[in-house]
Amino acid sequence: MIPAQFEYVAPTTVEDALAALAEGGEDAKVLAGGQSLLPVLRMRLNAPSLVVDLGRIESLRGVRDDGDAIVIGAMTTHSEVFHDPLVNEHATLLVKAIEQLADPQVRHRGTFGGALAHADPAGDLGAPVLAMGATFTIAGAGGSRTVAADDFFQGLLTTVIEDGELLTEVRVPKFTGWGAHYEKFVRVHHQWPIVAVAAAVRTEGGTIAEARVGLTNMGLTPLRARSVEAALAGQPATDEAVRAAAASATEGTHPPSDLNGDADYRRHVATVLTRRAVLAAAGA
Amino acid sequence: MTVTDEVSTGSTGGPREVGSARRRKEDQRLITGRTKWTDNIQLPGMLHIAMVRSPFAHARITHIDTSAAKSAPNVVTVLTGQEVSEEQGVLANAWPITPDQVAPVHPPIAVDRVTFAGEVVAVVVARSAAEARDAAELVDVDYDELPAALDLKEAAEDKVLAHPDLGTNKSALWVFDSAEAGTGGAVDEAIDKARTDGIVLEREYRQQRLIPAFMEPRSVVVDPTGEQITMWSATQIPHILRYLLAATTGVSESKIRVIAPDVGGGFGGKLQSTPEEWITFLAARRTGRPVKYTETRSESLMAAHHGRDQWQRLTLAATKDGTVTGLKVDLLADLGSYVSLVGGGVPVLGAFMFNAIYKFPAYQFKVQTVLTNKAWTDAYRGAGRPEATFAIERLMDELAHELGVDPLEIREKNWIKHEEFPFTTVAGLEYDTGNYEQATAEAKRIFGYDELRAEQQRRREANDPVQLGIGVSTFTEMCGLAPSRVLGQLSYGAGGWEHASVRMLPTGKVEVITGASAHGQGHETAWSQIVADRLGVAFEDVEVLHGDTQISHKGLDTYGSRSLVVGGEALVKAADKVIEKARPIAAHLLEASVDDLEFKDGSFGVRGTDKGIAMADLAAAAFTGHNLPDGVEPTLDSDATYDPVNFSYPHGTHLCAVEIDTETGGLTMRKYTAVDDVGTIVNPLIVEGQLHGGLVQGIAQALFEEAVYDDSGTLVSASFVDYLVPTAADTISFDLGTSVTPSTTNSLGTKGVGEAGTIASTPAVVNAVVDALRPFGVSDVRMPCTPERIWKAIHTGGGTEPTEKDAMPHFDENDVADRTDGASA
Repeated sequence: MIPAQFEYVAPTTVEDALAALAEGGEDAKVLAGGQSLLPVLRMRLNAPSLVVDLGRIESLRGVRDDGDAIVIGAMTTHSEVFHDPLVNEHATLLVKAIEQLADPQVRHRGTFGGALAHADPAGDLGAPVLAMGATFTIAGAGGSRTVAADDFFQGLLTTVIEDGELLTEVRVPKFTGWGAHYEKFVRVHHQWPIVAVAAAVRTEGGTIAEARVGLTNMGLTPLRARSVEAALAGQPATDEAVRAAAASATEGTHPPSDLNGDADYRRHVATVLTRRAVLAAAGA
Repeated sequence: MTVTDEVSTGSTGGPREVGSARRRKEDQRLITGRTKWTDNIQLPGMLHIAMVRSPFAHARITHIDTSAAKSAPNVVTVLTGQEVSEEQGVLANAWPITPDQVAPVHPPIAVDRVTFAGEVVAVVVARSAAEARDAAELVDVDYDELPAALDLKEAAEDKVLAHPDLGTNKSALWVFDSAEAGTGGAVDEAIDKARTDGIVLEREYRQQRLIPAFMEPRSVVVDPTGEQITMWSATQIPHILRYLLAATTGVSESKIRVIAPDVGGGFGGKLQSTPEEWITFLAARRTGRPVKYTETRSESLMAAHHGRDQWQRLTLAATKDGTVTGLKVDLLADLGSYVSLVGGGVPVLGAFMFNAIYKFPAYQFKVQTVLTNKAWTDAYRGAGRPEATFAIERLMDELAHELGVDPLEIREKNWIKHEEFPFTTVAGLEYDTGNYEQATAEAKRIFGYDELRAEQQRRREANDPVQLGIGVSTFTEMCGLAPSRVLGQLSYGAGGWEHASVRMLPTGKVEVITGASAHGQGHETAWSQIVADRLGVAFEDVEVLHGDTQISHKGLDTYGSRSLVVGGEALVKAADKVIEKARPIAAHLLEASVDDLEFKDGSFGVRGTDKGIAMADLAAAAFTGHNLPDGVEPTLDSDATYDPVNFSYPHGTHLCAVEIDTETGGLTMRKYTAVDDVGTIVNPLIVEGQLHGGLVQGIAQALFEEAVYDDSGTLVSASFVDYLVPTAADTISFDLGTSVTPSTTNSLGTKGVGEAGTIASTPAVVNAVVDALRPFGVSDVRMPCTPERIWKAIHTGGGTEPTEKDAMPHFDENDVADRTDGASA
């Protein structure tokens, strides 16, 4: 498990990192915690000529309040996000997802931005940020641009981030007072989810006023179950009503088939998990 | 109990070490890793190996171009099978189970043909591991791909040949028949009779292929400098390894020293002589330099031997009241592409165990071993006996279901009663002791069996989406390998004895040398406890040495739950010889008759007086030799080689409760109770540890683990992403109990414990899964019982499909998700 040789730089500013990436061209890889990249390098599935380690860029770490949203620095570790008071107050769905993400070692090394930029369809953060309508700030040679979550994920392990660009922060709208739940289905705890469902729900009395639902590992990218969201609005937070709404969770999904289950099984599980996630988020 | 209390304390009456939950001496260094793992060894000028392995399951090697690799930085040499075919030796099969067994020659480096994906085709030796790895990428191998024999059943029909030159995939057919052996009746008669007036159950079960997945990957260092070539290897079998190196390479055995330093687990996976060991030995001799090879986890999963992999066709005959009358077992066993060290014999180790604890009057066992183009199989924790136990314990549940009675009731009706021991079984083994009634009663009590059955009934009646299943496994096994005479009858290539030495140091401290080779079991602690009791010395004053053929020159190593029952008995005998050697010296110094001496608490005393002399003083007296009786040699050091008279038969009752989420097929283990009879317990902490680990490994077979090949012969479950080894997070707290009937075949009264948990737990779990699903008409779920299989069993009557169809992860569509409706990105 020895990677092929590569050059390594660890800049301390975003500008220096962008400069290093520009110099490295398409053979450069960004190291943002390394929980996915290092195994890839060690198994020689990829052999970049340059690795740009963002681990020393302090400005990319931390969570700040930005009015109607919170802003999470790309290099904030999962563990830091999990413990952050702003996240716990305004974005409980992230807390629920990170609580079940991989194992403690990964949560202490892996980063919020790194995981999202890696864009594994079975990653635990894609569905929550998609459901919450986050926006992504991407820095490049020509300055920064922002991209909506709906447009960020392009395909398998692919996002809108171009060569030479860096994800710097993720802006998550405040979901203060919403209930949230991440329902994850695995055979062993350290496994990638077979299917998972992220749900955030705002209830008024016993009624679901608004709901957001994201699906993990039900296609080449994380997916948002908009038809479920629409069907839930105005419904009572009861098993019966939510069950009916959750039936459409499989619409437009293209889940994979592998040793853990075929696509049809995943579709079925997604409807069950959607119901459970929504009911749990609604406190029902 | 009273008998054992007397013998197991030996001649001392002081505080007992045996039975005390001593913390393990070896744990600090093993757990922190600050110890001599093979890969930690650094020698001056040491070279490093990287292997080039075949990506194909079956292919002819048409050309290998090593020129680019040879000219890469710091590469010392690149070896191919062609270049070294005369000197590389071969890997031995030590257990030809039949005289006409078909076995291909197994070269360490493939010479002209590769026979499984992962086989070594070239070897790069360089000054650093990184440079060796880089250069390995530059070796250019041309292959001419051949059809691969992959499916076990198809391979048994010789449709595609794994080794075309052999003309068949069928390696050996091994048969035991109780009528022929004179140990019982004719099974076909019993089955015919049951077809007319009784019950006949015919079932087919799959033992999926597993990977031992020991914690420390295999590693080997060979230093050719000095008079002896020294090999350090992460092996379970340093003594056997030394013998085999000498036997197959032409190097004199006296010129080879093998050291198994601290070894991080094996589970049978390191009971092997490996291509990697032979290659490193060769590379060191060729270069004249120390050479190291440490495998990656990917290599380990792909190319270290696998385990299990059987199809089991079973026919059980019984009378209408559920009394068993016959059992017929017909196995296909997948050897993989070579007949490995004891691989062919693994199913034979199960041959005597399908009848288990039950009084079958007629029994027949057949196994056809089959060559395929997959990684070779060999011992994996339990080796043959988990397969047997699974089959019979699943069948007994089926019989109970057929009769509509409780699965424990049908077992009790058929098992050997405690007053019937010693009992000679239909397979010809004599079970010395056991008490199935007692273990079962205790297990039911701890488990809360009746309450859980009542809860199960309530959930069934209420159509609860979460159903409860209760699984039973009343297992026994044969371990303590093995009486040499029996091994000889089975054509095994070695004996089954074990050796021990006790050295009395001048300061009164004790060195114990054992031929068993611990790789995590805790021998250092348990052996110290035994010697402390036997010789009356302090636990801390005993040092246990093992695993180095220069120190422990004689031994047959560790596997088959043999170390304590065989090696421990050798140790007891060696310690008793020390006492007997000390006796005349003590009598001389005490000016007493030997007949008046008694040995107690580490001292000889003269009966009726307060005169005495301690063992430490006698060690000093022997050391100085100043004042010994005439003709007595000046040493107390003693050794013993012990050949067991019988196997050892631990048993137990395991009860498992699982909750099945019928909406998803998800499974949650609710409760697991194991009451095991492992005879006299030397160290309860070690026994609990062995059981915990063993249980998890057996549960993993039931629920999580499977080595899966795709239809081109590539191992899909080739990393821990897909080969699901459970962790502590995936287990529950087990409720353990004990029921002790000391073995009568060794003086401590011990039985084996290393494999018990693994053997017992798999059927307990699968029986629980099937029990939960009975209301849905389900009678089997194939292992591993994944949520998908469980769900399909409930909703579509499936659950028994093979895993291969989904072997290659894939998406149904090449496109990203439809963005226009429903879920969208």
